[in-house]
Amino acid sequence: MKTLIKGGRVIDPASGRDSIGDVFIDGERIAALDGAAQGAKADKVIDATGLIVSPGLVDLCARLREPGFEYKATLESEMHAAVAGGVTSLACPPDTDPPLDEPGLVDMLRRRAKALTQARLYPIGALTVKLAGERLTEMAELSESGCLAFTQANVPLDDTQVLWRALQYAGTFGFPVWLRAEDLSLARDGVAHDGEVATRLGLQGIPAFAETIALAKLLHLVRATGTRLHVCRISTAGAVAMIRAAKAEKLPVTCDVGIHHVHLSEMDLGYFDSHCHLVPPLRSLRDRDALRAGLVDGTIDVICSDHTPVDEDAKQMPFAESEVGATGLELLLPLTLKWAVEAKLPLARALAKVTSDAARVLGVKSGRIEPGAPADLAIIDADAPFRVVPEALNSQGKNTPFIGYELAGRVRYTLVDGNVVYASAQK
Amino acid sequence: MNNPQLNAAGELQHLLSIEGLPRAILTQILDTAHSFVGVTEREVKKVPLLRGKSVFNLFFEPSTRTRTTFEIAAKRLSADVINLNIAASSQTKGESLLDTVANLSAMQADIFIVRHAASGAPYLIARNVKPHEHVVNAGDGRHAHPTQGLLDLYTIRHYKKDFTQLTVAIVGDILHSRVARSLIHGLTTLGAPEVRVIAPETLLPTGVESLGVKVFHDMKKGLAGADVIVMLRLQSERMRGALLPSAQEFNKNYGLSADKLSLAKPDAIVMHPGPMNRGVEIDSAVADGPHSVILPQVTFGIAVRMAVMSIIAGN
Repeated sequence: MKTLIKGGRVIDPASGRDSIGDVFIDGERIAALDGAAQGAKADKVIDATGLIVSPGLVDLCARLREPGFEYKATLESEMHAAVAGGVTSLACPPDTDPPLDEPGLVDMLRRRAKALTQARLYPIGALTVKLAGERLTEMAELSESGCLAFTQANVPLDDTQVLWRALQYAGTFGFPVWLRAEDLSLARDGVAHDGEVATRLGLQGIPAFAETIALAKLLHLVRATGTRLHVCRISTAGAVAMIRAAKAEKLPVTCDVGIHHVHLSEMDLGYFDSHCHLVPPLRSLRDRDALRAGLVDGTIDVICSDHTPVDEDAKQMPFAESEVGATGLELLLPLTLKWAVEAKLPLARALAKVTSDAARVLGVKSGRIEPGAPADLAIIDADAPFRVVPEALNSQGKNTPFIGYELAGRVRYTLVDGNVVYASAQK
Repeated sequence: MNNPQLNAAGELQHLLSIEGLPRAILTQILDTAHSFVGVTEREVKKVPLLRGKSVFNLFFEPSTRTRTTFEIAAKRLSADVINLNIAASSQTKGESLLDTVANLSAMQADIFIVRHAASGAPYLIARNVKPHEHVVNAGDGRHAHPTQGLLDLYTIRHYKKDFTQLTVAIVGDILHSRVARSLIHGLTTLGAPEVRVIAPETLLPTGVESLGVKVFHDMKKGLAGADVIVMLRLQSERMRGALLPSAQEFNKNYGLSADKLSLAKPDAIVMHPGPMNRGVEIDSAVADGPHSVILPQVTFGIAVRMAVMSIIAGN
């Protein structure tokens, strides 16, 4: 199958390219660009005039809820949500039931995802058995099943001895470790940023230093072991400064931020809006501004959706009792575009945070538009306005603080391995 | 963001928190309460304002005193009162909060009086009741206890007349206190120029200054020149965590003794939301002494709750 995408504004964040041109796809790969693409004979032509041709999005954290939580979401529903959002590769954390701590589970999940022929799925393996923080998983075996990295997801690993050994062992094989920075005892029972809003609403707070204390520990262990660390979902100004310093020190450290934290702060809790019950908590405006600055100066490598479908009943609870998380796969792109506009960033630089830079952290070849690269693309109408309404979301999770927001940016086509896996009704 | 307590006309639809209520509404409640104080002193202590209305006391957290005062207030307004001890029934059977409310709503409730251990629970209920139903927050987690705050304001106004000259000191466990939060919002809205909180650092919430209060760690300095002293209840479980070493040490530093009271203005009044821990946050000599207005607070509480229910039912 040969496909020609004609006349689109082709943006390749990795090279900085942003110009009108053609993309020729032969089979599963991008074969040629522009002039070189013109003579090629295509079975299918997609007219991309007025649209942006971007690498498909690479999302470092999307919960699909399988196995174990099929009442919240299924692989089918969430993989469809992914491609509807232009996401062509996604990493899922192992906090399923059972957790992804043995090769059989990872194999099964990958096989099922493959059979759906939608986005590419990269399960992140559990760092410890049952995520219990006691015994190491068979990382080498899990790696053979396709795990590219290992993590504790949102389950804290409090035992520093185990943490140290886990980093040493993963480092032995060159496996990166993805961890959140949160001190278990400081975060205990906390549901909101420990600040003005939590004080006013009478909610148990999680202080910003719960993140920086834990991060200091992680950075010391990286210094000691040399293991590559990806810090997930940083939320505080302090953490941004520490990662900036760690990178200056040439420590092998990368980090990401969830899209909600790029836009929202503790102020958005309003009158106990449980859609804003997130992990980590939405922090102060000062923290949010520091996160944005960290994205611009490259301290923060990646923006991820932190997609967490929750059933409606679990959100219709008093704030502290409501389940954490928000749906995100279909909003990652428009919210990234919104940030680009607000930060006055060229689109190529903004899109890098959800394409090439995410692919670099994950260690995969997608996320770029160049001959030989996998033909994973998102064709986008960046100006198409829409209003976020729960019913219009493909994800089974309808919970998001952005309900009612007017956003811009709709996906018209999503291609994975050269196949159109999503085409919107409009245009 | 719309204030969920007010209807489209800006009138009180629910009472969820004192925060965000305009001064005019607070004054309306206090003035209405004043007219009911007379009723509570009459031989026939009833007015027919809520005749035919049903008031559901929905207490998800055990309480005797507050529930009883709401019950008395509703009965004096001639309403039918239904007491539900939720802690012992549906919630333990796994029914969700909103299912419980939907079921009671089907029984034709007009006013829900809600107490819940989770901050914000009454907001969730208020968002999900029918337009003619009203919700009164009778205490949610650490967040708010607006009728207690209002009765405190009533008491202060009764004895001190004018808020704009007052120094009010609130002493003790501010961190866990919904009473303190509600009173602070009320005092700042009504123009009290100096609201002080006096507590060890472990019993103060982060950024408490943002509520418009001055922080004192030294009780003697904090009480100097105070017109009103509000003592908060110290729950014994606070001693089990790492917040306080002992009740004795707390009493020595933050308990109200006659000695410390003498630092306040000579005509200072002493308040306490009850129930009191004598010998912990307040000494008996003070609790029963001439400055104490703790029992009048309880009486005024009934009038204030009558005022709240009659106003929201009339809107």
